Amino acid sequence: MNRINNQAVGNGLTRRSVLKGAGAGAALLSAPGFVRYAQAQSSEPIRIGFQCHRTGIGAPYGRWYDRVTTAAVELINEAGGINGRPVEIIIEDDGTDAARGSEVVEKFVRQHKVDLIYGTLFSHVVVGSAPTAGELKVPYYVVSEGYHVASGKLNRYCVQPGITDVKAQVRSVAPWIASNLGKKVTLVYPDYAFGHDHRDYFRPAIEAQGGEVVAMIPIPPTETSFTRYLPQIPRNTDVIYHVMVGPAVLTFVKELGEFFGRGGPQLFGFIDSLEAVDLRSPGLEFLEGSHFWEGMPRYAQADMPDYEKFYRDAVGLDENGASVNDPRDISTAGHMFGCWETLYIIKQAMEACGYRGPQDREAMIEATEAITEIPAGTEHPQGRKIFDGRIHQVFGEQNISRVKDGRLEVVHRTSIDDGRYEPEADYTTMSF
Amino acid sequence: MGFGPYFLLATLEGLVSAAVLALTAVGLSLVFGVMRVVNVAHGEFFMMGAVLAWWCASLVSGNPALGFLIAILLSPLIVAGVALAADRLVLKRLHYEPEATIVATIGLLYIIQQLALTFYGAEARPVQAPFDWRIQLPWFGYSGYKFFVIAAASAILLAVWFLLRRTNIGLIMRATQIDREMAQAFAIPVDRVYAGVFAFGAALAALAAVLIVPIKQAHYLMGQDPLLLSFIVVIIGGLGSLRGTVVAALLIGLSDGIISMFFSPTLAKMLATLLVALVLVFRPQGLFSPGGRLVR
Repeated sequence: MNRINNQAVGNGLTRRSVLKGAGAGAALLSAPGFVRYAQAQSSEPIRIGFQCHRTGIGAPYGRWYDRVTTAAVELINEAGGINGRPVEIIIEDDGTDAARGSEVVEKFVRQHKVDLIYGTLFSHVVVGSAPTAGELKVPYYVVSEGYHVASGKLNRYCVQPGITDVKAQVRSVAPWIASNLGKKVTLVYPDYAFGHDHRDYFRPAIEAQGGEVVAMIPIPPTETSFTRYLPQIPRNTDVIYHVMVGPAVLTFVKELGEFFGRGGPQLFGFIDSLEAVDLRSPGLEFLEGSHFWEGMPRYAQADMPDYEKFYRDAVGLDENGASVNDPRDISTAGHMFGCWETLYIIKQAMEACGYRGPQDREAMIEATEAITEIPAGTEHPQGRKIFDGRIHQVFGEQNISRVKDGRLEVVHRTSIDDGRYEPEADYTTMSF
Repeated sequence: MGFGPYFLLATLEGLVSAAVLALTAVGLSLVFGVMRVVNVAHGEFFMMGAVLAWWCASLVSGNPALGFLIAILLSPLIVAGVALAADRLVLKRLHYEPEATIVATIGLLYIIQQLALTFYGAEARPVQAPFDWRIQLPWFGYSGYKFFVIAAASAILLAVWFLLRRTNIGLIMRATQIDREMAQAFAIPVDRVYAGVFAFGAALAALAAVLIVPIKQAHYLMGQDPLLLSFIVVIIGGLGSLRGTVVAALLIGLSDGIISMFFSPTLAKMLATLLVALVLVFRPQGLFSPGGRLVR
């Protein structure tokens, strides 16, 4: 309001018209509509701003994050909502872009008047949006798996309660890699925040197991051709540890196959490389027999617990982890459960603090920080978890799966303790 | 791996990107040379070619070569049709004014991109190569299809050269390029030449995309990189010069392949951009511009 008026003065308008404008603005603010809204807030829906990767390189993730969110919110609302109020999801597209992410946070707060913001995946968007969320003092529940929340470098409003972070993931899988695949590892990772987490935390994790990283190959995130990087893989490599994101992952795996043929090193990948990609795509035959980390299994497993079945049915996943409506529409199963679980944590925290409106945002963060043990069940279908309120990060079990006949079969499930590490920060001592 | 094989691999990779880049850039260069239109949507024609190739390939099951064959025939034709429509409906009505056409093609870029996102989707989809040979060299394995890409692109470039230099159509196009008014005075239907060149340029981009898509997958944002590189190539090579475009594409493609292998991909991009700056400063008409008259 003020800024507009200042501009108006600059444009040579008379003082009278400026005063009129200001008066009209004041009248608008105190208009009956606003008052009524404030009073009736208790029956208003709880508004959750969903920062969604609708477009840009994160779009396949965004689509499935959206579906999981819709399914979970439907269930929450059927069961009476949160504190008796229905949940309403407001979606804004961030284009998988850090700058737009921050704008979207601002729009959620100023225009949509949301209670909190949730749902971001890509680490650069999280890092770009977090400061704005902190400034506007709005809770920011991310489903990102980056280490940035747990690092303590964001602010007290940023929480990651539904998905484990990369540091915990690599620590969990390193012992298994060292004892089953080999000790000499070459790392291939995208050259930005998310890849750097892998770079920084995998080396100490594998060295602790008596292994070593023989080469590290950073690849620019915009790269579309990889053959030229492959000669950098030393001959004595036992295991290629690959984690790639973006549309070029198929090319990467295919070129790996062309380069090495049948006699190459073992492969261990993060499913991030192949989320939303059919494992039976041409060129991926090369992956047969290789291993992947999965946050949650994409393919229905024989010994799947009932709550996992319930979750898969609610989201609409078939046996192969594709949409029940279209078998070619492959899900991002390894990550998207995080949305479901985060929404239930939001519910739990809001109910614990008797959340009424934005004035209770701090109480809501404190209530989240107070959570520790999270039992497995329909609300947390990926499995049991432990939340560490000091670093706003959840810890859980990880799956290691092997590609067999074009399907992923879980061969090992790590324990929560495998992934735990000493916290490097304590958000609870920071001010709001 | 020793230096020799390493260098060989870098050269091969460089040649593949140079081949595809040359095809794409020749399309851009023709449009720029003949019509004076800076076609910012050129990369999107490339993307559309790839997406259509995926669509063609998904129409037929069985032998992937059949799908590829349909794609290489149909995809450039459809893209040419779209470009023709864009020329008739948009560019012609703007009288091909340079500033207006830049803005119009930027708009076209977004429209095509968002249509692809809406109807094709956001994921990268693979197209199977027509054949699946893997050539085992003593030091590393290499895709046989990539050799085919190099050969096919060279053949197409030769055909384009033949069209421009040895046929009546080429003569008319060159005449229009050199002096529009004079060509018109000699009863050349400049209007139709423009439409044809725009469609032809787009078809070349689509053709390049069909060739590359079995290596790189179709994705709705894939047009951005080729656009930038094509502009770099066209600026270095000289506007409207086929020879210059091919030489510049080889230069950029090979240096990109080799420098990014021995040093870093970022350095390769920096050097390419630096080269553009140097060319613009010291030889603004490009290394191989056919003559000062073109740069009006």
